Amino acid sequence: MSIGGLIAAVLLSLLAAAPAEAQRSPVILATTTSTQDSGLLDVLVPLFETKSGYTVKTIAVGTGQALTLGDRGEADVVLVHAPDLELQFLAKGNLINRRRVMHNDFVLVGPPADPAGVKGKKNAADALRRVAERGAVFLSRGDQSGTHTKEKSLWKAAGIAAKGPWYIESGQGMGATLTIASEKGAYTLADRATHLAFKRRIQLMVLLEGDPALLNIYHVLEVSQARHPRVNAAGGKAFADFMLSAEAQQMIKTFGVEKYGEPLFFVGGG
Amino acid sequence: MELIWEGIKQAVWLLLNGDPEVLGITWLSLRVSAVATGVSLLVGIPLGTLIALARFPGRGLVVSLVNTGMGLPPVVVGLFVSIFLWRSGPLGLLELLYTPTAIVIAQFVIAAPIVTGLTLAAVQQIPPRFRLQILALGASRVQLLWVLLREARLPLLAAVMAGFGGVISEVGASMMVGGNIRGQTRVLTTATVLETGKGNFDVAIALSLLLLLITFLVNWALTWIQQRRRV
Repeated sequence: MSIGGLIAAVLLSLLAAAPAEAQRSPVILATTTSTQDSGLLDVLVPLFETKSGYTVKTIAVGTGQALTLGDRGEADVVLVHAPDLELQFLAKGNLINRRRVMHNDFVLVGPPADPAGVKGKKNAADALRRVAERGAVFLSRGDQSGTHTKEKSLWKAAGIAAKGPWYIESGQGMGATLTIASEKGAYTLADRATHLAFKRRIQLMVLLEGDPALLNIYHVLEVSQARHPRVNAAGGKAFADFMLSAEAQQMIKTFGVEKYGEPLFFVGGG
Repeated sequence: MELIWEGIKQAVWLLLNGDPEVLGITWLSLRVSAVATGVSLLVGIPLGTLIALARFPGRGLVVSLVNTGMGLPPVVVGLFVSIFLWRSGPLGLLELLYTPTAIVIAQFVIAAPIVTGLTLAAVQQIPPRFRLQILALGASRVQLLWVLLREARLPLLAAVMAGFGGVISEVGASMMVGGNIRGQTRVLTTATVLETGKGNFDVAIALSLLLLLITFLVNWALTWIQQRRRV
């Protein structure tokens, strides 16, 4: 066989092997990296797919980007964790029917030596002010994610302009940011789920937790079909409803207990 | 160091156990990149040959553009292909975003200039006198092309390897247009990014080793075709 013939044969066989696509039109879920990196979606999405017959395309990006994708009608449903930002988007009218799904909390982590001396503080804004005043290195996500949004609101509450040689931005996901912070001996704000998943591999300690300002709430938002006619609104609503169903809520509540000895997410008020 | 050792063990374990998810990811990577490379050959070889042999105004500019295209950053390609495939984009009706086809399209855009550029160089390095000689022997144009491409066989196979190597190893475009969706568009490079993000460094190393292994096997096969003696 000639080389050309060989290539053609290989190509044809590969194309023939391409999977048959799309039965019921797929639901595009734009969400944050923490829900994927924690592994939560790996248990919830397959259950939703079996129960509803929809397939889900999960796009895990930062909260800012996830909201923008929904806002532009490029996604059908959005699962994010930046309440203030969500309200801004809600006001624009492209995203609708915002519902609370679950929560956990953010923690301030830093090197065990704690050069800024924030351990024992109760107020997150105070602790950050101290980091800034001491010029200890702080690593920010810098990516418009939910965690970054929370961090910026804390700096605002502290009355500190987060700028200067002590303030660095990774522009990456939570896992990568924790790894960099550990290598640099920097402080950073992390969601508890990702920190638990990384605890064994990094040299960062939880130095402050429990401040009500550190609450991390996840909401699900649907995309308005009135604004974006081509959106799979039925599929998006089905997914949002599923996230609030008793079965999904039960799975969220118990997720991670086996692996980490404590739950990663909580449901209900609090 | 211990981590790398863990990764190697994990890779062997995943391979030996035939972990269906990992095998699926590997197969998808191979399939997507092979199809993208194949289509780039179908376009790039004729186009490169044409540019090499033709004389037309602005040829210098075209050659420069092709050569620039050989270094197209995958994230730039990913961004533009995404914008085209968005629901609100010009090709939105096709609903191709976040499918393997979208990755093939992006990888084609990356590989086609590489194949075109290397074909162009390969055909151009054949001395013009050789062409005249073939024509003088009474060859038709088609026969001439066939002889030229046969003559340029070694560098053409190098073009195949460069094209394939360029796309199987890229992560930026696959991530953006594929979305790294589990079981649908997750390929070896995007899975490696994800596992690193999750902190599963051993799995990430295992996936990297798998990627290196299949790249090696494909290149080994192509090199074998390239270097075998003519019969």
